[in-house]
Amino acid sequence: MSQIRNYFKNIFTGLRSLLKGMTVTGYYFRNARKEIITQQYPDNKASLKMFDRFRGIVVMPHDENNLHACTGCTACEIACPNGSIEILAPREVDPETGRKKRVINQFVYHFSMCTLCNLCILACPTDAIKMDQTFEHSVYDRSLLTQILNKPGSKLDPNVKE
Amino acid sequence: MLLSIYDFSEFFQSIDNWLTSTFPEPIASLIGWVLIGVTAIGFVAFLGLSLVYVERKIAAWFQQRIGPNRVGFQGILQTVADITKLMLKEPLSPGNSDKFLFNLAPFIMMLAPFLVISMLPYAKGLQVMDMNVGVLFVTAVSSVGVLGILISGWSSNNKYSLIGAMRSGAQVVSYELSAGLSLMVIIVFSGSLQFGEIIESQATGWWIFRGHLPVWIAFVIFLIAGTAETNRGPFDLAEAESELTAGFHTEYSGIKFAFFFLAEYINLFIIVTLAVTLFLGGWMPLHIGHWEAFNNIADIIPSFIWFVGKVSAIIFLLMWFRWTFPRLRIDQLLTLEWKYLLPISLVNLVFAAFITLMEWHF
Repeated sequence: MSQIRNYFKNIFTGLRSLLKGMTVTGYYFRNARKEIITQQYPDNKASLKMFDRFRGIVVMPHDENNLHACTGCTACEIACPNGSIEILAPREVDPETGRKKRVINQFVYHFSMCTLCNLCILACPTDAIKMDQTFEHSVYDRSLLTQILNKPGSKLDPNVKE
Repeated sequence: MLLSIYDFSEFFQSIDNWLTSTFPEPIASLIGWVLIGVTAIGFVAFLGLSLVYVERKIAAWFQQRIGPNRVGFQGILQTVADITKLMLKEPLSPGNSDKFLFNLAPFIMMLAPFLVISMLPYAKGLQVMDMNVGVLFVTAVSSVGVLGILISGWSSNNKYSLIGAMRSGAQVVSYELSAGLSLMVIIVFSGSLQFGEIIESQATGWWIFRGHLPVWIAFVIFLIAGTAETNRGPFDLAEAESELTAGFHTEYSGIKFAFFFLAEYINLFIIVTLAVTLFLGGWMPLHIGHWEAFNNIADIIPSFIWFVGKVSAIIFLLMWFRWTFPRLRIDQLLTLEWKYLLPISLVNLVFAAFITLMEWHF
């Protein structure tokens, strides 16, 4: 007897769960105009806003006086799992204190090797580098992917504590 | 002779009279057949293309996407562009495949829908042939389609194709039973196998309203079994993109693939037309018993608009099924048919016969 009851119970619970699923998709269908998540990419270039956590490319922000915050400590270079950061920073003698000090000459960034894993940004003690949200990075020549992130003539911001 | 939108029979009668009076007998018939054939091909092409577009658009809305919107206004020419591309592509046949059967299968797939659409009534007087065993003919011929699937799977020399074809064979052969038995309920009620008479029998109300419980059960079972027969929706094991790449038509390309693709949508239309004709009155406007005033108002809307409206509603329902329900496993599929649908539809048929005998229906 219980088997027969289960048989019919199966049918009705099955039908009810199917109807429940249909109400969910029916809600999507009725609100299709409002809740569309597709981006009409090339058309909405002007208004396109990426998500906060989107990682596009590593950049080094400079302020209006052409100052950056990179001390050349190479923490990012050590943290990088695939060697896409190379810091060329010869040690120079500081004329005031007489101590040897690293000053970055070139912060070389190989975008062709970068996996955008964010480890360099986490490793940086002075927040000198960050992830930018741009994503149109295709180029016709591979050498263009190797970039120097510090702008020519830029200096270390004197307010940054080493 | 004016083309009346309420009754097409006079219009076609006048064409027939003109043909027989202008040409000698065998040539007149020949021209008539050619006209019907060309109309059928055009209708199938139009139907396939528009249904593919509608399906893609509706699927997009169910999944909060936009769908095709680049080619033409709102992407309305997208399927035309697709079919043009498919026609220009090379129809490849794989090595070690059975070339003859491989090339034959797409035509068998298209053969069954073409035979069936000539039997279906689209509006008052708009039907190629009203055979006196129309329902039987349609159910018999529409199962030829599974031959095409089996042949294509067998001849492709591909494991995916073979598995897909075997699944499809098991599925279609099983679900044909409950689909046929649920159609039998209406045949019991209306007492005829002829589409014209079945529609005339619904002049005082569609069977879904007059036949109450057994017809409701039969309607639901027919929708489920019909979805399974067309290899759609939650029953698309024969294609099962995630498991079998594309199932039985994995190896097909170009226009031969397009045949499979179009046949799927024509079969959808056929199943829906059958459901509409038998359960929802076909082109018959909504009539309620002997409320003459109401019936006359319903008659103002032409019959083909009633037909198109009902067919669109049921097609939308089946697309809703397809984009909501998860795909069944093969054992679940066969359990559903043999342990649930078939016993229920057998009992339902006896129940319907009893109700007809006692004249409990309205």
